[in-house]
Amino acid sequence: MEYEIKPKEKLSLGIDELWQYRELFYFFTWRDIKVKYKQTVLGFAWAVLQPFFMMLIFTLFFGQALNVPSEHLPYPVFVFSGLLLWNIFSSGITAAGNSMVTNANIIKKIYFPRLIIPISSVLVSLFDFLMSVMIFVGMLLFYHIQVDVLRVVLFVPAGLMICCVATFGMGTFLAALNIKYRDFKYIIPFLVQSLLFITPVIYPVGILAHRSLKFIVALNPMYAAVSLFRSGFIDKPLQVNLLMISLGSGFTLLLIGLYYFRKSEAYFADLA
Amino acid sequence: MKPILEIQNISKRFRIQHDNQPYLSLRDSFSNLFKKRHNTTEDFFALKEVSFNVDAGESIGIIGKNGAGKSTLLKILSKITPPSSGKIISRGRIASLLEVGTGFHAELSGRENIFLNGSILGMKRSEIQKNFDAIVDFSGVEKFLDTPLKHYSSGMQLRLAFAVAAFLENEILIIDEVLAVGDAEFQKKCMGKMEDVSKNQGRTVLFVSHNIESISILCTKGILLDSGQKQIYGNIEEVINTYTNHYQASFKEWLPNARPGDGTVKLNKVFIVDSKKKLISQTERGQEFGVCVEFEVLINNVKPVPNLHFFNSMGVCCFITISDSLELTIGLYRSFTWIPANFLNNHIYQVGVAITTLKTEHVHLYAKEIISIEVLENKQLRSTDFGGQIPGIIRPEFRNQTIKQ
Repeated sequence: MEYEIKPKEKLSLGIDELWQYRELFYFFTWRDIKVKYKQTVLGFAWAVLQPFFMMLIFTLFFGQALNVPSEHLPYPVFVFSGLLLWNIFSSGITAAGNSMVTNANIIKKIYFPRLIIPISSVLVSLFDFLMSVMIFVGMLLFYHIQVDVLRVVLFVPAGLMICCVATFGMGTFLAALNIKYRDFKYIIPFLVQSLLFITPVIYPVGILAHRSLKFIVALNPMYAAVSLFRSGFIDKPLQVNLLMISLGSGFTLLLIGLYYFRKSEAYFADLA
Repeated sequence: MKPILEIQNISKRFRIQHDNQPYLSLRDSFSNLFKKRHNTTEDFFALKEVSFNVDAGESIGIIGKNGAGKSTLLKILSKITPPSSGKIISRGRIASLLEVGTGFHAELSGRENIFLNGSILGMKRSEIQKNFDAIVDFSGVEKFLDTPLKHYSSGMQLRLAFAVAAFLENEILIIDEVLAVGDAEFQKKCMGKMEDVSKNQGRTVLFVSHNIESISILCTKGILLDSGQKQIYGNIEEVINTYTNHYQASFKEWLPNARPGDGTVKLNKVFIVDSKKKLISQTERGQEFGVCVEFEVLINNVKPVPNLHFFNSMGVCCFITISDSLELTIGLYRSFTWIPANFLNNHIYQVGVAITTLKTEHVHLYAKEIISIEVLENKQLRSTDFGGQIPGIIRPEFRNQTIKQ
């Protein structure tokens, strides 16, 4: 085996190297999952309790008090289906965005493809998603929701996939920015909060009267994720033009994120 | 056979900004866009055109003062940071140990940390599993395997970390001063393991340490760096000799704001004098000489005591002298310690200075190996007929009687 260490010239994704280090994905994800709920009484139950209580609060205020429409679904089911994906995104980009800084001591001391760190952070939030999916299935049964298996098989994985694309893109972009500009430590929580309002989690996009407002919502890649995911459970045509905008912005985000990360990663150890 | 590592013209440049800010912020980036570029940056070479080849099975000691570029070289070799120019051709898997226990997590158990640390170091899960019992055995923490690491003593953490690293199977190992910590017994065990790795298993080792003694035991060849440049690359004795001869002075003075010390006492100067208090850098074995420590006492009624630590070129502590404990008031003091004639061997000795309050065992400062004194043989005065080097870290003359019975 012969290889060279030299100044970085061409930019690539480095898939073969990621594959070579594939076990590290497992170990970093496993570490973060293990550590996340260490020294808590309820342990993994927290992964389920958080979205569950969010759902209760939203149902109480938006569903009951404000009568927000919910596209033929009972409001709790509607909001929970959105929260499932929203939580992947919000906890994913928060964890990934801070991951390079929190793992700075490792980055400075040992080499491995740096992409493993933010990707593992996103995998942790996927794990939390899998836990709360069980609650969601319980809710579907409780409300006697009729599900069309074909729709579920078609739309649920699609929604989940675009959610991961958006989370990876945003997460890696923020991770690379955060290690250089520590301002992002403050920007990330603010960003997450404001993005929740332009994601149709607590309201359906249909109640937005203004066309331009719909357009702004569609620019958010999580729009596509949430509406595709919900389509698995509602028999309702998709708004294809909005969906396309959203998908486009999701994949653009992924490209920008990966490009910026790969471009700057060689100097992470000097900046950390 | 081709060398396992070819280091070709490696340079690492850092840009120093003179209005230095610890972190970049967005605001700065934006404002820099509009600001006219003032020439406030300066290039600084942490490494400059360093080249050398390493053959398989060699162990190389990397020597140099602080800031000579040793750690930068290791970081480039372990791919943590890229070189600014030049390239390295490697014909083996490189494992780097720039720190003991990289990635250890306090909340995880010993068992979990073995797997985590092992895989971060680049071991496959199957390799870790295969060596698991041996790792546990070497670390000696089997009783606490399922206890979270945060309950381990620092010594136990260190043992566990070293044990994992000891079972790396890479062809090239890069090691940075990992032995600077731990108790004497464990250090010995580690040294033994490292010797085994480099000498018996035929793997290639690059080793940075300030401890000249361990470098001289472990390494066959050495490279001396100074201000980022290669000074000499050759067999280890030669490199160590060059280092101790050229890079150690017999007079050391600190700038007022860089003086070692604390609020009680500051060290100003250390130098070597002959019996007439004239500055010297060499002495003859038959001559008495003195080491002068000039220090400033900053508060009244304290008892700081200068003490001198003598080391030979292999880093062995030969002896320590302790001055008298006197109550001192604010002011400047010079403390002379006289080393008698015919006591040291003909060697180069490194001298370190500490100032300690003996009663409370409080160390105000310790300037390690800051000056050196070369003791020359006086052939005329030598009373034995033997002309060669006499072994021993010191060579005192004792009263001797031979009586016919």
